[in-house]
Amino acid sequence: MTDPASNMQDALRAAGAQAAHIGDLWNGTLALCTFVFVAIVVATIVAVWCAPRADAATRPDTSSLSGPEHRIWRRIGWATAAAIAGLLVLLAGDVFTSRALARLPLRDAVDIELVGHQWWWEARYRDADVSREFTTANELTIPVGRPVIVTLRASDVIHSLWVPSLSGKKDLIPGRTATLRLRADRAGTYRGQCAEFCGLEHALMALLVHAVPPADFEAWAANQRQPAREPVDAAARRGREVFLATSCTMCHTITGTTAQARLGPDLTHLASRQTIAAGMFPNNRGHLAGWIGDPQALKPGVNMPANTLPPDDLQALLAYLETLR
Amino acid sequence: MRTIVVLACVAALAGCEREQRPKHAPPPASGLTGPSYPTRAVAQAENRYEENAWAVSQGKTWYRAYNCNGCHAQGGGDIGPALMDAKWRYGADPASIYATIAYGRPNGMPAFAGRVPEDQIWQLVAYVRSLSGQLPSSIAPSRNDSISAGKPEARRSKEKVRPEPPSNPGELR
Repeated sequence: MTDPASNMQDALRAAGAQAAHIGDLWNGTLALCTFVFVAIVVATIVAVWCAPRADAATRPDTSSLSGPEHRIWRRIGWATAAAIAGLLVLLAGDVFTSRALARLPLRDAVDIELVGHQWWWEARYRDADVSREFTTANELTIPVGRPVIVTLRASDVIHSLWVPSLSGKKDLIPGRTATLRLRADRAGTYRGQCAEFCGLEHALMALLVHAVPPADFEAWAANQRQPAREPVDAAARRGREVFLATSCTMCHTITGTTAQARLGPDLTHLASRQTIAAGMFPNNRGHLAGWIGDPQALKPGVNMPANTLPPDDLQALLAYLETLR
Repeated sequence: MRTIVVLACVAALAGCEREQRPKHAPPPASGLTGPSYPTRAVAQAENRYEENAWAVSQGKTWYRAYNCNGCHAQGGGDIGPALMDAKWRYGADPASIYATIAYGRPNGMPAFAGRVPEDQIWQLVAYVRSLSGQLPSSIAPSRNDSISAGKPEARRSKEKVRPEPPSNPGELR
């Protein structure tokens, strides 16, 4: 696992161009609002401090209340003008931030189609050459310094993508297509999260984004384009038989085998991912076994059924899944 | 007067009981137990999923996910027989439909036993029966996720089931 601190969702620690612009807007807004707040508090304290006081024996001097108030309209006018000016500054900041977000250079962009499902993410890395396309799930790997165009779609209900360190939020709406452009400028792993309530397990629908140096990205992508490795030892071969003969094959894809269903995540390179179940558990043998055995106990409501496999078959299946690097 | 209204509201709220979703795979609803390679014996069984609206709508999900609609369309039939009419070639009771899905039937219905888990087959059975209005309207799905011309399952009238002789071998549907 990478440094856990870098896995935190942190909108104030920008790791990319877009998040930096949004961070600037946030800082400007915070500064202006703090100024207004402090000014009002100071004015209130001064007013209280300077007001004429009375003690218990003498009556307060109310003579000033009987005459007409002076210049009250002018004060209201000043306050209104100051408020409008402050709001205009924020509006201008908003406009310039939007322009900066829209001006991200997109030359040589990585093209990713991200589909939201209840409750996981399907990512297809698109390419002009269709044979170079590949699919993965729940974890994105992107090159540092290269722009990424994420095309957002949803298969069932409305989801929303939010990776605070890299970009703002954008909704995934069934039947519509949205795009999000971002660029990571610092290597690291950034956690994203579905930001629109999408059902029972909405809170457990995370997306990890690994920003890696461009050379590492090319190596990763080249590996992802390969079909699944041919199992070498007997246990893994038996595991593949189990996979192809039971309900696994009805929903999952392993490229290079006859399993080609698209209802669940693509498992071709499952072992290359850090987590399972949309960022819920670390990807290791124990969690995988528990997940296969009874997903409903771990994440109630998911579409994956419980699989009561004989122990030998389960161990063989796990051995096979661990070879899918 | 106000007290009575408040009490009536409280009583009405207390009457609202949320349906429990079966979170764990329930014990087999059928007489099918034992090895993962099923035998042909299907006990005459009640399908407990027919009392659970969530399970029926999951059945509807599987109906599309496993491409039942590839042959049976949205219940109206295509190269496979219609599922929303009164005619049932191999029986309209849950156990018979389970056997049809699990072990297949002549003239093209494939066997899904071992591929589709048992409880999902029972959810499919419940949904298939809702297509011809066999389930109460409080259980059958009441709306579609996508635009569809037909009535939702919950608003269909109950077809009076009658057997249909199997077609000649070699003749499709």
